[in-house]
Amino acid sequence: MMSKIKSFDELKSVQERLKAGRDPKKPCITVCVGTGCLAYGTQKLVDNFREELAKRNLADKIDFRTTGCHGFCERGPMVVISPEKVFYQRVGLADAGEIIDKTVLTGEIIDRLLYVDPATGVKVVHEDDVPFYKKQTRLVFGLNSKVDPESLDDYLAIGGYSALGKALTGMKPEAIIQEVIKANLRGRGGGGFPAGWKWDATRKAAGDPKYIICNADEGDPGAYMDRSLLEGNPHLVLEGMIIGAFAIGSSQGYIYARNEYPLAIKNITRAIKQAREAGLLGENILGSGFSFDLKINRGGGAFVCGESSALFASLEGRAGEPRAKYIHATDKGLYDKPTNLNNVETWANVPFIIERGADWYASIGTAGSKGTKIFSLVGKINNTGLVEVPMGTKLREIVFDIGGGIPGGKKFKAIQTGGPSGGCIPEKYLDMGVDFDELTKIGSMMGSGGMIVMDEDNCMVDVAKYFTNFLVSESCGKCVPCREGVRRMRDILLDITEGRGREGDVELLEKMATAIIDGSLCALGSSAPNPVLSTIRYFRDEYEAHIKGKRCPAGVCKALITYSIDPEKCTGCTLCAKVCPTKAATGVKKEVHTIDPAKCTRCGACRESCKFDSIIVR
Amino acid sequence: MVNLTIDNKKIEAEAGQTILEVARENGIVIPTLCSNEALEPSGACRMCVVEVKHGKRTRIVTSCLYPVAEGLTVETKSERVLASRRLVLQLLLARCPESQQLKEMAEDLGIKPEPRFTPDKDGSKCILCRMCVRTCEKVVGVSAIGFSYRGAEKKVCTPFQEESATCIGCGACAYICPTGHIEMETTETGDSRTIWGRTFKMATCTVCGRYFAPEDQLKYISRTADVPLENLAVCISCR
Repeated sequence: MMSKIKSFDELKSVQERLKAGRDPKKPCITVCVGTGCLAYGTQKLVDNFREELAKRNLADKIDFRTTGCHGFCERGPMVVISPEKVFYQRVGLADAGEIIDKTVLTGEIIDRLLYVDPATGVKVVHEDDVPFYKKQTRLVFGLNSKVDPESLDDYLAIGGYSALGKALTGMKPEAIIQEVIKANLRGRGGGGFPAGWKWDATRKAAGDPKYIICNADEGDPGAYMDRSLLEGNPHLVLEGMIIGAFAIGSSQGYIYARNEYPLAIKNITRAIKQAREAGLLGENILGSGFSFDLKINRGGGAFVCGESSALFASLEGRAGEPRAKYIHATDKGLYDKPTNLNNVETWANVPFIIERGADWYASIGTAGSKGTKIFSLVGKINNTGLVEVPMGTKLREIVFDIGGGIPGGKKFKAIQTGGPSGGCIPEKYLDMGVDFDELTKIGSMMGSGGMIVMDEDNCMVDVAKYFTNFLVSESCGKCVPCREGVRRMRDILLDITEGRGREGDVELLEKMATAIIDGSLCALGSSAPNPVLSTIRYFRDEYEAHIKGKRCPAGVCKALITYSIDPEKCTGCTLCAKVCPTKAATGVKKEVHTIDPAKCTRCGACRESCKFDSIIVR
Repeated sequence: MVNLTIDNKKIEAEAGQTILEVARENGIVIPTLCSNEALEPSGACRMCVVEVKHGKRTRIVTSCLYPVAEGLTVETKSERVLASRRLVLQLLLARCPESQQLKEMAEDLGIKPEPRFTPDKDGSKCILCRMCVRTCEKVVGVSAIGFSYRGAEKKVCTPFQEESATCIGCGACAYICPTGHIEMETTETGDSRTIWGRTFKMATCTVCGRYFAPEDQLKYISRTADVPLENLAVCISCR
């Protein structure tokens, strides 16, 4: 346990002592234990490493560190060996001994664990040369691979809490706010509202106490950057919050985290305890006279609780329902007191702005959106994972250079950004730079940074139905347009995908969308029509094909497709007949097979299994 | 005082008032489904939406919650407003096809049901205006009913849909329900009433002998207002 650090100078000397105790040349084995890698069974690999190091009496000579998510979740389990930063991926759980003996002790590279660049076929030895990482600017997220999230020492050794020390001892609250305004840090949770202005409004608002809250209720399907930050580098988020609290004049803060994020909650809980013991949180922080403390509140599983006013209601112990925000939360938020709510990633950006200055920060990004943004890149993409790039990076670079393109040589069709109520962006906008304003212009949004890639096999009406369905089940039910309107939109989409679409449905959907956007109480409702609107805007022909032609061009909507076998291509290998669960595919060996449409459930098993591309879906 | 314009009419209003209050005082009709003077506004039904212009910004807001401001321009019947209101009513007509009150309002406003919406068949007349819940909580003060589930599944009920121990059988929820969804049944003799699945014994007036209020309600009033129960034994007509 660390004793209380009583001043900025003392903090500096603690950092120096920790840094001096670490030899940068000493070999260090780093294993990613983010939730994604843990799901591969990485804990067993960690245990094996510890055991093998102990067996060889190397625990003193070789450092071993478990860290949070590195982002390249597609290739876990991942091991990085410093100082050379040799990068091993898809590491076998029993490979620990071999890695120690060969790579760490003798410098021999284990060929089979290297990453192969699918574009060039070249094997990559060092982490920094992996194309997935090479094109990123891992400002906020990159620290994840440098610290053990359980260790305050690790964070201090890389200069952690320096920004807090600087803010508390050398800056006035107003100056901190001015710095954040100048940096033009915009809220990473979805709205993109300038954080500095929000801080300023909360500071100036009448009312006591003032609250600051970290929104960790990340609920977009496929998005997990906030989770990975909280899991992987909880002290960074804490540092940002404490600086914010000092600037705003708040003595009490909350972290509202999803109950579905147990590891994040565990790690942030530990970090809070460590920070309190070290005098970085609680009474008289770093001897500055400023006091601030934090509580964690676990959400009950409602997507809508990511919306600020619903989050306050939930924190207050009431049902998570939004209220009208004609009076801003900065004036009347939690318990009707001035409240400043920012999400995890926004808070995590703050220490960088304070430490390196607004001018430096504002040099990254575009005119209207500064800094970097972490995206979770998922769907039909080779390199699934978390990606951090400067604002303004082209979608094409994210999808093809970093993401490695679409698997199986399929054609890119669309990328869905902004979470369930974001929009689908077609290929023609791939060269657009991604920032808050550009995404809004083309009918999507930044949201919290989810990116779901779709290929030619995705039906855009089906995609719209999926997201709309998600929003139907997540609507709180308070206001009529969202509760009733979105489900009626879903019903019409269901009709269209099941062959009951009618002439005029598309126009009706557009009309409903406008009224729902106008009439809904909160942002969940007013953005709920986005998936429908953006798919109509860019893929209207697919809607028409479903409604007028009663067919699904992508071959997804089961009511509108039939499976048959191309007699020219079928070799009679019998594989389709073997995998068909309903015995719809039949035939004699070495003769052309057939599919009985009456028995076929359109499950696609035959298409997946056929080696001769002979299954036709129409 | 602030100066604003509603439907091209110049109006002076007190700061802090809502657009709906000011409109009503000035004879401008804005339809509502979840508003009642005895209750704080809730903003749930979205029938009272209006278009406001403040500076350069135009947007749709709920008039029951939006405070008036100097220089505000309000339109209560713009095309955008009417489209939003029309959808709300069409959606509710599809949700509660048996509600007479909704049908009448639709006729008054010249709104026809949207044929593409298949009417719900559960026979519910609840439009989730929340007036019952708000009355029970804020006016009566017992919070015997609330919401369960969310989204379209949301419903008003007692906790766990069991007999409520806190309900006093006052029937305020049934009286305020605009669509007659909440049922309260009284026996022929009037000696008991049933609401939310619980039967309440009625007290008789010591003067005229009629059944006039649930015993639990009188006990509740006695307790909260600190009045002896004997003082509540006479009905309003005989007092």
